[in-house]
Amino acid sequence: MKRPSFFRIFMNTGAWLVLAFLILPMLVVIPVSLTDTSYLAMPKEALSLRHYENYFSDARWLDATWQSFYIGVLTALSATVLGTVFSIGCWFLSSRASTIARWVLITPILVPPVVQSLGFYRFWVQLGLIDTVTGVVLAHTLLALPYVSISVFAALANLDRKIPQAARSLGASVPQTVWAVVVPAARPGILTGAVFAFIVSFDEIVGVLFITVRKVQTLPKMIWQGIQDNIDPTIAAVATLLVLATLVLMLAGSLRKT
Amino acid sequence: MTTTTIDPPAAAAARRGLSDRGWYWLFVAPALIAMVVFYIWPLVQIFGISFTEPEFGLGNYAALVESRPIQTSLVITFRVAAVTTLLCLVLGYMVSYAIYNAQHRMVGVMLALVLLPFWISVLIRSFAWIVLLGRSGVVNDSLIALGLIEKPIAMMHNEFGVVLAMVHVMLPFAVLPMMANMKGINRAYVDAARGLGASEFGAFWHVYLPQTKPGILSAALLVFVLSLGFYITPALLGGGRVLMISEYITYQIQELLRWGVGSMLSVTLLVMTAVVILAAARFVNLRKALLERG
Repeated sequence: MKRPSFFRIFMNTGAWLVLAFLILPMLVVIPVSLTDTSYLAMPKEALSLRHYENYFSDARWLDATWQSFYIGVLTALSATVLGTVFSIGCWFLSSRASTIARWVLITPILVPPVVQSLGFYRFWVQLGLIDTVTGVVLAHTLLALPYVSISVFAALANLDRKIPQAARSLGASVPQTVWAVVVPAARPGILTGAVFAFIVSFDEIVGVLFITVRKVQTLPKMIWQGIQDNIDPTIAAVATLLVLATLVLMLAGSLRKT
Repeated sequence: MTTTTIDPPAAAAARRGLSDRGWYWLFVAPALIAMVVFYIWPLVQIFGISFTEPEFGLGNYAALVESRPIQTSLVITFRVAAVTTLLCLVLGYMVSYAIYNAQHRMVGVMLALVLLPFWISVLIRSFAWIVLLGRSGVVNDSLIALGLIEKPIAMMHNEFGVVLAMVHVMLPFAVLPMMANMKGINRAYVDAARGLGASEFGAFWHVYLPQTKPGILSAALLVFVLSLGFYITPALLGGGRVLMISEYITYQIQELLRWGVGSMLSVTLLVMTAVVILAAARFVNLRKALLERG
Protein backbone atom coordinates (compact mmCIF):
# COMPACT_ATOMS: atom_id res chain seq x y z
CA MET A 1 0.00 0.00 0.00
CA LYS A 2 1.19 3.45 -0.94
CA ARG A 3 0.93 6.17 1.63
CA PRO A 4 -2.14 8.30 0.80
CA SER A 5 -1.06 11.49 -0.93
CA PHE A 6 -1.74 14.98 0.37
CA PHE A 7 -4.24 15.50 -2.44
CA ARG A 8 -6.27 12.45 -1.49
CA ILE A 9 -6.28 13.37 2.20
CA PHE A 10 -7.38 16.90 1.29
CA MET A 11 -10.30 15.72 -0.87
CA ASN A 12 -11.43 13.12 1.66
CA THR A 13 -11.28 15.44 4.64
CA GLY A 14 -13.08 18.09 2.62
CA ALA A 15 -15.81 15.65 1.68
CA TRP A 16 -16.41 14.64 5.29
CA LEU A 17 -16.50 18.27 6.41
CA VAL A 18 -19.06 19.04 3.72
CA LEU A 19 -21.16 16.06 4.79
CA ALA A 20 -20.99 17.26 8.38
CA PHE A 21 -22.17 20.67 7.15
CA LEU A 22 -25.08 18.97 5.38
CA ILE A 23 -26.25 16.88 8.31
CA LEU A 24 -25.31 18.46 11.64
CA PRO A 25 -27.22 21.76 11.34
CA MET A 26 -30.49 19.87 10.88
CA LEU A 27 -29.92 17.93 14.08
CA VAL A 28 -30.02 21.10 16.15
CA VAL A 29 -33.83 20.88 16.15
CA ILE A 30 -33.64 17.78 18.36
CA PRO A 31 -32.15 19.29 21.54
CA VAL A 32 -34.12 22.49 21.02
CA SER A 33 -37.37 20.52 20.83
CA LEU A 34 -36.59 19.12 24.29
CA THR A 35 -36.02 22.51 25.86
CA ASP A 36 -37.68 23.41 29.13
CA THR A 37 -37.97 27.06 28.11
CA SER A 38 -40.94 28.63 26.37
CA TYR A 39 -38.75 30.17 23.69
CA LEU A 40 -36.29 28.65 21.21
CA ALA A 41 -33.14 27.71 23.07
CA MET A 42 -31.05 24.79 24.20
CA PRO A 43 -32.46 23.07 27.31
CA LYS A 44 -31.51 25.17 30.37
CA GLU A 45 -32.10 23.07 33.48
CA ALA A 46 -33.83 19.91 32.40
CA LEU A 47 -35.15 18.13 29.36
CA SER A 48 -38.85 18.50 28.80
CA LEU A 49 -41.46 16.94 26.57
CA ARG A 50 -43.92 19.80 26.93
CA HIS A 51 -43.54 20.97 23.33
CA TYR A 52 -44.38 17.50 22.07
CA GLU A 53 -47.37 17.50 24.42
CA ASN A 54 -48.37 20.81 22.96
CA TYR A 55 -48.22 19.43 19.42
CA PHE A 56 -50.23 16.33 20.23
CA SER A 57 -52.88 18.23 22.17
CA ASP A 58 -53.31 21.22 19.86
CA ALA A 59 -56.17 20.62 17.42
CA ARG A 60 -54.75 23.14 14.93
CA TRP A 61 -51.44 21.29 14.61
CA LEU A 62 -53.15 17.92 14.36
CA ASP A 63 -55.71 19.13 11.83
CA ALA A 64 -52.96 20.66 9.73
CA THR A 65 -50.98 17.42 9.82
CA TRP A 66 -54.03 15.43 8.80
CA GLN A 67 -54.88 17.87 6.00
CA SER A 68 -51.34 17.75 4.65
CA PHE A 69 -51.45 14.00 4.78
CA TYR A 70 -54.63 13.51 2.82
CA ILE A 71 -53.83 16.27 0.33
CA GLY A 72 -50.55 14.41 -0.18
CA VAL A 73 -52.29 11.08 -0.71
CA LEU A 74 -54.83 12.55 -3.15
CA THR A 75 -52.03 14.33 -5.03
CA ALA A 76 -49.95 11.15 -5.19
CA LEU A 77 -52.94 9.23 -6.56
CA SER A 78 -53.89 11.71 -9.26
CA ALA A 79 -50.34 12.60 -10.29
CA THR A 80 -49.30 8.94 -10.44
CA VAL A 81 -52.25 7.90 -12.60
CA LEU A 82 -51.97 10.89 -14.97
CA GLY A 83 -48.17 10.81 -15.14
CA THR A 84 -47.90 7.05 -15.64
CA VAL A 85 -50.44 6.95 -18.46
CA PHE A 86 -48.74 9.99 -20.01
CA SER A 87 -45.27 8.47 -19.91
CA ILE A 88 -46.46 5.17 -21.34
CA GLY A 89 -48.12 7.00 -24.22
CA CYS A 90 -44.94 9.00 -24.87
CA TRP A 91 -42.82 5.86 -24.67
CA PHE A 92 -44.90 4.19 -27.40
CA LEU A 93 -44.99 7.28 -29.57
CA SER A 94 -41.34 8.28 -29.08
CA SER A 95 -41.75 10.95 -31.73
CA ARG A 96 -40.71 14.58 -31.89
CA ALA A 97 -44.16 15.66 -30.77
CA SER A 98 -44.14 13.38 -27.74
CA THR A 99 -40.71 14.68 -26.71
CA ILE A 100 -42.12 18.21 -26.81
CA ALA A 101 -45.02 16.98 -24.66
CA ARG A 102 -42.49 15.64 -22.15
CA TRP A 103 -40.75 19.02 -22.05
CA VAL A 104 -44.09 20.73 -21.43
CA LEU A 105 -44.76 18.39 -18.52
CA ILE A 106 -41.50 19.20 -16.73
CA THR A 107 -41.88 23.01 -16.87
CA PRO A 108 -42.91 23.17 -13.19
CA ILE A 109 -39.36 22.13 -12.24
CA LEU A 110 -37.95 25.19 -13.94
CA VAL A 111 -40.53 27.92 -13.31
CA PRO A 112 -39.84 29.82 -10.06
CA PRO A 113 -42.35 28.89 -7.33
CA VAL A 114 -43.55 32.44 -6.78
CA VAL A 115 -44.26 32.96 -10.48
CA GLN A 116 -46.35 29.82 -10.85
CA SER A 117 -48.15 30.59 -7.60
CA LEU A 118 -49.23 34.00 -8.94
CA GLY A 119 -50.61 32.19 -11.97
CA PHE A 120 -52.46 29.68 -9.82
CA TYR A 121 -53.90 32.45 -7.66
CA ARG A 122 -55.34 34.47 -10.55
CA PHE A 123 -56.80 31.44 -12.31
CA TRP A 124 -58.07 29.76 -9.15
CA VAL A 125 -59.98 32.98 -8.30
CA GLN A 126 -61.71 32.75 -11.69
CA LEU A 127 -62.49 29.07 -11.09
CA GLY A 128 -63.65 29.55 -7.49
CA LEU A 129 -60.97 27.16 -6.22
CA ILE A 130 -59.32 29.49 -3.70
CA ASP A 131 -59.08 28.00 -0.19
CA THR A 132 -60.41 24.59 -1.25
CA VAL A 133 -58.81 21.17 -0.94
CA THR A 134 -59.61 20.55 -4.61
CA GLY A 135 -57.68 23.67 -5.58
CA VAL A 136 -54.63 22.63 -3.57
CA VAL A 137 -54.70 19.03 -4.86
CA LEU A 138 -54.98 20.30 -8.45
CA ALA A 139 -52.02 22.66 -8.02
CA HIS A 140 -49.93 20.00 -6.26
CA THR A 141 -50.76 17.42 -8.93
CA LEU A 142 -49.35 19.73 -11.60
CA LEU A 143 -46.21 20.31 -9.52
CA ALA A 144 -45.76 16.56 -8.95
CA LEU A 145 -46.33 15.49 -12.57
CA PRO A 146 -42.72 16.16 -13.69
CA TYR A 147 -41.33 13.81 -11.05
CA VAL A 148 -43.78 11.02 -11.85
CA SER A 149 -43.28 11.29 -15.59
CA ILE A 150 -39.47 11.38 -15.29
CA SER A 151 -39.28 8.33 -13.03
CA VAL A 152 -41.81 6.27 -15.00
CA PHE A 153 -40.06 7.12 -18.25
CA ALA A 154 -36.70 6.14 -16.75
CA ALA A 155 -38.15 2.77 -15.69
CA LEU A 156 -39.43 2.15 -19.22
CA ALA A 157 -36.00 2.76 -20.73
CA ASN A 158 -35.15 -0.87 -19.90
CA LEU A 159 -38.24 -2.35 -21.51
CA ASP A 160 -37.67 -4.10 -24.83
CA ARG A 161 -40.04 -2.69 -27.45
CA LYS A 162 -40.43 -6.13 -28.97
CA ILE A 163 -42.35 -7.40 -25.93
CA PRO A 164 -45.42 -5.17 -26.29
CA GLN A 165 -45.20 -5.70 -30.06
CA ALA A 166 -45.40 -9.44 -29.47
CA ALA A 167 -48.45 -8.95 -27.27
CA ARG A 168 -50.09 -6.85 -29.96
CA SER A 169 -49.39 -9.32 -32.76
CA LEU A 170 -50.82 -12.12 -30.64
CA GLY A 171 -54.07 -10.21 -30.60
CA ALA A 172 -54.02 -8.16 -27.39
CA SER A 173 -55.60 -4.72 -27.70
CA VAL A 174 -53.61 -1.59 -26.81
CA PRO A 175 -55.17 -1.20 -23.34
CA GLN A 176 -54.65 -4.92 -22.65
CA THR A 177 -51.01 -4.71 -23.71
CA VAL A 178 -50.42 -1.64 -21.57
CA TRP A 179 -52.08 -3.21 -18.54
CA ALA A 180 -50.50 -6.66 -18.80
CA VAL A 181 -47.04 -5.84 -20.19
CA VAL A 182 -46.03 -2.20 -19.88
CA VAL A 183 -47.43 -1.30 -16.45
CA PRO A 184 -45.70 -4.24 -14.69
CA ALA A 185 -42.41 -3.25 -16.32
CA ALA A 186 -42.84 0.34 -15.16
CA ARG A 187 -43.84 -0.58 -11.60
CA PRO A 188 -40.59 0.50 -9.86
CA GLY A 189 -40.79 3.89 -11.57
CA ILE A 190 -44.47 4.22 -10.72
CA LEU A 191 -43.78 3.56 -7.03
CA THR A 192 -40.87 6.03 -6.94
CA GLY A 193 -43.05 8.57 -8.72
CA ALA A 194 -45.86 8.12 -6.20
CA VAL A 195 -43.49 8.64 -3.25
CA PHE A 196 -42.05 11.74 -4.93
CA ALA A 197 -45.53 13.10 -5.61
CA PHE A 198 -46.56 12.65 -1.98
CA ILE A 199 -43.42 14.40 -0.72
CA VAL A 200 -43.74 17.27 -3.22
CA SER A 201 -47.25 17.88 -1.94
CA PHE A 202 -46.47 17.30 1.75
CA ASP A 203 -43.61 19.85 1.68
CA GLU A 204 -45.13 22.40 -0.69
CA ILE A 205 -45.49 25.87 0.81
CA VAL A 206 -45.37 28.76 -1.67
CA GLY A 207 -48.43 27.67 -3.68
CA VAL A 208 -50.41 27.01 -0.51
CA LEU A 209 -49.55 30.49 0.81
CA PHE A 210 -51.09 32.02 -2.31
CA ILE A 211 -54.17 29.85 -2.94
CA THR A 212 -55.44 29.17 0.58
CA VAL A 213 -56.77 31.53 3.20
CA ARG A 214 -58.11 30.04 6.41
CA LYS A 215 -60.02 26.86 5.69
CA VAL A 216 -57.14 24.87 4.26
CA GLN A 217 -54.28 24.74 6.77
CA THR A 218 -51.37 22.49 5.90
CA LEU A 219 -48.42 21.55 8.09
CA PRO A 220 -45.87 23.62 6.12
CA LYS A 221 -48.21 26.60 6.35
CA MET A 222 -48.49 26.23 10.14
CA ILE A 223 -44.70 26.04 10.39
CA TRP A 224 -44.28 29.05 8.10
CA GLN A 225 -46.75 31.14 10.08
CA GLY A 226 -45.17 29.96 13.32
CA ILE A 227 -41.74 31.12 12.20
CA GLN A 228 -43.12 34.48 11.04
CA ASP A 229 -45.20 35.33 14.12
CA ASN A 230 -43.76 33.84 17.25
CA ILE A 231 -41.12 31.20 17.06
CA ASP A 232 -42.31 28.74 19.65
CA PRO A 233 -40.46 25.48 20.29
CA THR A 234 -43.46 23.43 19.15
CA ILE A 235 -42.07 23.97 15.62
CA ALA A 236 -38.85 22.31 16.77
CA ALA A 237 -40.85 19.36 18.08
CA VAL A 238 -42.69 19.07 14.74
CA ALA A 239 -39.40 19.38 12.86
CA THR A 240 -37.84 16.64 15.00
CA LEU A 241 -40.79 14.34 14.38
CA LEU A 242 -40.52 14.95 10.62
CA VAL A 243 -36.76 14.36 10.60
CA LEU A 244 -37.19 11.14 12.59
CA ALA A 245 -40.00 9.96 10.30
CA THR A 246 -37.76 10.63 7.28
CA LEU A 247 -34.91 8.65 8.85
CA VAL A 248 -37.16 5.71 9.65
CA LEU A 249 -38.63 5.68 6.13
CA MET A 250 -35.17 5.95 4.55
CA LEU A 251 -33.86 3.06 6.65
CA ALA A 252 -36.94 0.98 5.82
CA GLY A 253 -36.42 1.79 2.15
CA SER A 254 -32.76 0.78 2.14
CA LEU A 255 -33.52 -2.42 4.08
CA ARG A 256 -36.14 -3.39 1.53
CA LYS A 257 -33.62 -2.94 -1.26
CA THR A 258 -30.92 -5.13 0.30
CA MET B 1 -54.34 -18.56 -18.92
CA THR B 2 -57.96 -18.41 -19.76
CA THR B 3 -58.74 -14.87 -18.76
CA THR B 4 -56.48 -13.33 -21.37
CA THR B 5 -57.83 -15.35 -24.28
CA ILE B 6 -58.54 -12.77 -26.88
CA ASP B 7 -61.08 -12.95 -29.60
CA PRO B 8 -59.15 -11.61 -32.61
CA PRO B 9 -62.16 -10.24 -34.50
CA ALA B 10 -63.26 -8.25 -31.46
CA ALA B 11 -59.75 -6.87 -31.02
CA ALA B 12 -59.65 -6.00 -34.69
CA ALA B 13 -62.95 -4.18 -34.33
CA ALA B 14 -61.63 -2.21 -31.38
CA ARG B 15 -58.61 -1.31 -33.44
CA ARG B 16 -60.73 -0.17 -36.34
CA GLY B 17 -62.32 2.36 -33.97
CA LEU B 18 -59.00 3.82 -32.88
CA SER B 19 -55.57 3.39 -34.41
CA ASP B 20 -52.59 2.49 -32.21
CA ARG B 21 -51.23 6.01 -32.39
CA GLY B 22 -54.68 7.27 -31.53
CA TRP B 23 -54.60 5.21 -28.36
CA TYR B 24 -51.14 6.49 -27.41
CA TRP B 25 -52.21 10.09 -27.84
CA LEU B 26 -55.28 9.32 -25.76
CA PHE B 27 -52.87 8.30 -22.99
CA VAL B 28 -50.79 11.43 -23.38
CA ALA B 29 -53.77 13.79 -23.56
CA PRO B 30 -55.10 14.03 -19.96
CA ALA B 31 -51.83 15.08 -18.31
CA LEU B 32 -50.84 17.29 -21.24
CA ILE B 33 -54.20 19.06 -21.36
CA ALA B 34 -54.21 19.51 -17.57
CA MET B 35 -50.73 21.05 -17.75
CA VAL B 36 -51.61 23.40 -20.61
CA VAL B 37 -54.95 24.52 -19.17
CA PHE B 38 -54.11 24.79 -15.46
CA TYR B 39 -50.40 25.61 -15.58
CA ILE B 40 -49.33 27.16 -18.89
CA TRP B 41 -52.48 29.21 -19.36
CA PRO B 42 -52.21 30.86 -15.90
CA LEU B 43 -48.62 31.81 -16.76
CA VAL B 44 -49.85 33.34 -20.02
CA GLN B 45 -52.37 35.32 -17.99
CA ILE B 46 -49.57 36.69 -15.78
CA PHE B 47 -47.78 37.67 -18.97
CA GLY B 48 -50.92 39.51 -20.07
CA ILE B 49 -51.40 41.26 -16.72
CA SER B 50 -47.88 42.67 -16.91
CA PHE B 51 -48.94 44.68 -19.99
CA THR B 52 -52.49 45.59 -18.97
CA GLU B 53 -52.62 46.47 -15.26
CA PRO B 54 -53.03 49.18 -14.16
CA GLU B 55 -53.18 50.41 -17.77
CA PHE B 56 -52.34 49.07 -21.21
CA GLY B 57 -48.75 49.47 -22.33
CA LEU B 58 -45.17 49.04 -21.26
CA GLY B 59 -45.56 51.19 -18.15
CA ASN B 60 -44.68 48.39 -15.75
CA TYR B 61 -41.53 47.56 -17.64
CA ALA B 62 -40.32 51.16 -17.36
CA ALA B 63 -39.75 50.40 -13.67
CA LEU B 64 -36.88 48.10 -14.65
CA VAL B 65 -34.95 51.16 -15.79
CA GLU B 66 -36.37 53.71 -13.36
CA SER B 67 -36.80 51.97 -10.01
CA ARG B 68 -33.72 51.77 -7.81
CA PRO B 69 -35.24 49.20 -5.38
CA ILE B 70 -36.01 46.84 -8.27
CA GLN B 71 -32.51 47.17 -9.67
CA THR B 72 -31.02 46.56 -6.24
CA SER B 73 -33.16 43.47 -5.84
CA LEU B 74 -32.08 42.14 -9.23
CA VAL B 75 -28.42 42.69 -8.37
CA ILE B 76 -28.84 40.93 -5.00
CA THR B 77 -30.64 38.05 -6.71
CA PHE B 78 -27.83 37.52 -9.21
CA ARG B 79 -25.11 37.93 -6.60
CA VAL B 80 -26.64 35.48 -4.13
CA ALA B 81 -27.39 32.95 -6.89
CA ALA B 82 -23.85 33.23 -8.31
CA VAL B 83 -22.09 32.89 -4.95
CA THR B 84 -24.35 30.00 -3.95
CA THR B 85 -23.66 28.22 -7.24
CA LEU B 86 -19.90 28.68 -6.95
CA LEU B 87 -19.76 27.38 -3.37
CA CYS B 88 -22.04 24.44 -4.20
CA LEU B 89 -19.79 23.47 -7.12
CA VAL B 90 -16.59 23.47 -5.07
CA LEU B 91 -18.06 21.75 -2.00
CA GLY B 92 -20.19 19.35 -4.03
CA TYR B 93 -17.25 18.37 -6.21
CA MET B 94 -15.24 17.25 -3.20
CA VAL B 95 -18.08 15.04 -2.01
CA SER B 96 -18.74 13.49 -5.42
CA TYR B 97 -15.02 12.96 -5.97
CA ALA B 98 -14.59 11.27 -2.60
CA ILE B 99 -17.60 9.04 -3.23
CA TYR B 100 -16.36 7.83 -6.60
CA ASN B 101 -12.62 7.72 -6.00
CA ALA B 102 -12.09 6.94 -2.34
CA GLN B 103 -12.16 3.16 -2.70
CA HIS B 104 -13.11 2.58 0.90
CA ARG B 105 -16.00 1.05 2.76
CA MET B 106 -17.64 4.32 3.79
CA VAL B 107 -18.98 5.05 0.31
CA GLY B 108 -22.46 3.77 1.16
CA VAL B 109 -22.63 5.95 4.26
CA MET B 110 -21.47 9.01 2.31
CA LEU B 111 -24.11 8.41 -0.34
CA ALA B 112 -26.85 8.10 2.28
CA LEU B 113 -25.69 11.31 3.98
CA VAL B 114 -25.87 13.22 0.69
CA LEU B 115 -29.36 11.97 -0.06
CA LEU B 116 -30.81 12.44 3.43
CA PRO B 117 -31.24 16.24 3.27
CA PHE B 118 -33.10 15.83 -0.03
CA TRP B 119 -35.97 14.22 1.83
CA ILE B 120 -36.20 16.83 4.56
CA SER B 121 -38.23 19.86 3.64
CA VAL B 122 -36.55 23.15 2.81
CA LEU B 123 -38.77 24.79 5.40
CA ILE B 124 -37.44 22.57 8.20
CA ARG B 125 -33.85 23.05 7.06
CA SER B 126 -34.26 26.83 6.96
CA PHE B 127 -35.86 26.71 10.39
CA ALA B 128 -32.82 24.84 11.72
CA TRP B 129 -30.59 27.64 10.42
CA ILE B 130 -32.76 30.24 12.15
CA VAL B 131 -32.37 28.31 15.40
CA LEU B 132 -28.60 28.28 14.89
CA LEU B 133 -27.92 31.77 13.56
CA GLY B 134 -30.47 33.97 15.33
CA ARG B 135 -29.52 36.84 17.66
CA SER B 136 -30.08 34.59 20.63
CA GLY B 137 -29.54 31.47 18.56
CA VAL B 138 -27.53 28.44 19.49
CA VAL B 139 -24.27 29.67 17.94
CA ASN B 140 -24.39 33.12 19.51
CA ASP B 141 -25.45 31.74 22.90
CA SER B 142 -22.63 29.21 22.89
CA LEU B 143 -20.02 31.77 21.87
CA ILE B 144 -21.18 34.12 24.62
CA ALA B 145 -21.26 31.30 27.19
CA LEU B 146 -17.70 30.40 26.22
CA GLY B 147 -16.70 34.01 26.66
CA LEU B 148 -15.46 34.32 23.08
CA ILE B 149 -17.75 37.24 22.26
CA GLU B 150 -19.65 39.72 24.38
CA LYS B 151 -22.44 40.80 22.07
CA PRO B 152 -24.26 38.55 19.59
CA ILE B 153 -22.92 38.63 16.04
CA ALA B 154 -25.40 39.31 13.23
CA MET B 155 -25.33 36.03 11.32
CA MET B 156 -28.76 36.21 9.74
CA HIS B 157 -30.97 38.88 8.24
CA ASN B 158 -27.99 39.50 5.99
CA GLU B 159 -26.51 37.97 2.86
CA PHE B 160 -24.16 35.77 4.88
CA GLY B 161 -27.02 33.87 6.52
CA VAL B 162 -29.00 33.64 3.28
CA VAL B 163 -26.06 32.26 1.29
CA LEU B 164 -25.08 29.82 4.05
CA ALA B 165 -28.57 28.33 4.25
CA MET B 166 -28.99 28.37 0.46
CA VAL B 167 -25.75 26.45 -0.04
CA HIS B 168 -27.05 23.94 2.45
CA VAL B 169 -30.32 23.55 0.55
CA MET B 170 -28.77 23.49 -2.93
CA LEU B 171 -25.77 21.22 -2.29
CA PRO B 172 -27.55 17.92 -3.06
CA PHE B 173 -28.72 19.41 -6.38
CA ALA B 174 -25.06 20.04 -7.24
CA VAL B 175 -23.80 16.68 -6.04
CA LEU B 176 -26.27 14.49 -7.94
CA PRO B 177 -25.44 15.57 -11.53
CA MET B 178 -21.71 15.50 -10.76
CA MET B 179 -21.98 11.99 -9.32
CA ALA B 180 -23.95 10.81 -12.34
CA ASN B 181 -21.15 12.13 -14.55
CA MET B 182 -18.28 10.69 -12.48
CA LYS B 183 -19.98 7.29 -12.43
CA GLY B 184 -19.31 6.97 -16.15
CA ILE B 185 -15.65 8.01 -16.07
CA ASN B 186 -13.02 5.38 -16.68
CA ARG B 187 -10.13 5.55 -14.19
CA ALA B 188 -7.80 4.10 -16.85
CA TYR B 189 -6.84 7.57 -18.17
CA VAL B 190 -5.83 8.83 -14.76
CA ASP B 191 -3.93 5.61 -14.10
CA ALA B 192 -2.14 5.97 -17.44
CA ALA B 193 -1.16 9.55 -16.61
CA ARG B 194 0.11 8.38 -13.22
CA GLY B 195 2.06 5.56 -14.85
CA LEU B 196 3.66 8.07 -17.19
CA GLY B 197 4.90 10.01 -14.21
CA ALA B 198 2.24 12.62 -13.45
CA SER B 199 1.73 13.52 -9.81
CA GLU B 200 -1.64 12.61 -8.31
CA PHE B 201 -2.73 16.25 -8.41
CA GLY B 202 -1.32 16.70 -11.92
CA ALA B 203 -3.26 13.69 -13.19
CA PHE B 204 -6.39 15.00 -11.52
CA TRP B 205 -6.03 18.52 -12.89
CA HIS B 206 -5.06 17.68 -16.47
CA VAL B 207 -6.87 14.39 -17.02
CA TYR B 208 -9.73 13.84 -14.57
CA LEU B 209 -11.12 17.35 -14.12
CA PRO B 210 -11.66 18.00 -17.86
CA GLN B 211 -13.66 14.79 -18.10
CA THR B 212 -16.01 15.94 -15.33
CA LYS B 213 -16.83 19.23 -17.07
CA PRO B 214 -20.27 18.09 -18.29
CA GLY B 215 -21.26 17.18 -14.72
CA ILE B 216 -19.98 20.49 -13.36
CA LEU B 217 -21.90 22.44 -15.99
CA SER B 218 -25.21 20.65 -15.41
CA ALA B 219 -24.79 21.12 -11.67
CA ALA B 220 -24.09 24.82 -12.20
CA LEU B 221 -27.14 25.22 -14.42
CA LEU B 222 -29.48 23.45 -12.02
CA VAL B 223 -28.29 25.27 -8.90
CA PHE B 224 -28.18 28.69 -10.56
CA VAL B 225 -31.67 28.39 -12.07
CA LEU B 226 -33.17 27.13 -8.81
CA SER B 227 -31.37 29.85 -6.83
CA LEU B 228 -32.58 32.68 -9.09
CA GLY B 229 -36.21 32.00 -8.24
CA PHE B 230 -35.74 30.78 -4.69
CA TYR B 231 -38.18 32.14 -2.16
CA ILE B 232 -38.43 30.22 1.11
CA THR B 233 -34.89 30.37 2.47
CA PRO B 234 -34.08 33.97 1.46
CA ALA B 235 -37.43 35.14 2.85
CA LEU B 236 -36.91 33.39 6.20
CA LEU B 237 -33.21 34.10 6.71
CA GLY B 238 -33.10 37.47 4.97
CA GLY B 239 -35.66 38.93 7.36
CA GLY B 240 -36.77 41.46 4.73
CA ARG B 241 -33.24 42.81 4.37
CA VAL B 242 -32.03 40.56 1.58
CA LEU B 243 -34.87 41.11 -0.87
CA MET B 244 -34.33 38.65 -3.67
CA ILE B 245 -36.65 39.06 -6.61
CA SER B 246 -39.15 36.36 -5.56
CA GLU B 247 -39.68 38.02 -2.20
CA TYR B 248 -39.90 41.41 -3.89
CA ILE B 249 -42.70 40.07 -6.11
CA THR B 250 -44.58 38.62 -3.14
CA TYR B 251 -44.25 41.93 -1.31
CA GLN B 252 -45.64 43.88 -4.29
CA ILE B 253 -48.63 41.56 -4.56
CA GLN B 254 -49.50 40.76 -0.97
CA GLU B 255 -48.73 44.06 0.75
CA LEU B 256 -49.19 46.63 -1.99
CA LEU B 257 -51.58 44.77 -4.32
CA ARG B 258 -49.53 46.06 -7.25
CA TRP B 259 -50.30 43.20 -9.63
CA GLY B 260 -48.87 45.03 -12.63
CA VAL B 261 -45.39 45.40 -11.13
CA GLY B 262 -45.54 41.92 -9.57
CA SER B 263 -46.46 40.32 -12.90
CA MET B 264 -43.86 42.34 -14.78
CA LEU B 265 -41.16 41.11 -12.37
CA SER B 266 -42.47 37.56 -12.69
CA VAL B 267 -42.17 37.76 -16.46
CA THR B 268 -38.69 39.25 -16.07
CA LEU B 269 -37.64 36.42 -13.74
CA LEU B 270 -39.11 33.84 -16.10
CA VAL B 271 -37.31 35.37 -19.09
CA MET B 272 -34.02 35.50 -17.16
CA THR B 273 -34.43 31.85 -16.23
CA ALA B 274 -35.18 30.92 -19.84
CA VAL B 275 -32.18 32.90 -21.10
CA VAL B 276 -29.87 31.13 -18.63
CA ILE B 277 -31.20 27.72 -19.69
CA LEU B 278 -30.95 28.49 -23.41
CA ALA B 279 -27.46 29.92 -23.01
CA ALA B 280 -26.48 26.79 -21.10
CA ALA B 281 -27.88 24.59 -23.88
CA ARG B 282 -24.67 25.25 -25.80
CA PHE B 283 -22.57 23.61 -23.09
CA VAL B 284 -24.97 21.27 -21.30
CA ASN B 285 -26.94 18.38 -22.67
CA LEU B 286 -30.33 19.65 -21.49
CA ARG B 287 -32.02 16.37 -22.29
CA LYS B 288 -29.69 14.53 -19.95
CA ALA B 289 -29.62 17.26 -17.31
CA LEU B 290 -33.37 17.77 -17.05
CA LEU B 291 -35.52 15.36 -19.00
CA GLU B 292 -33.72 12.13 -18.24
CA ARG B 293 -32.32 12.66 -14.78
CA GLY B 294 -32.96 9.60 -12.69
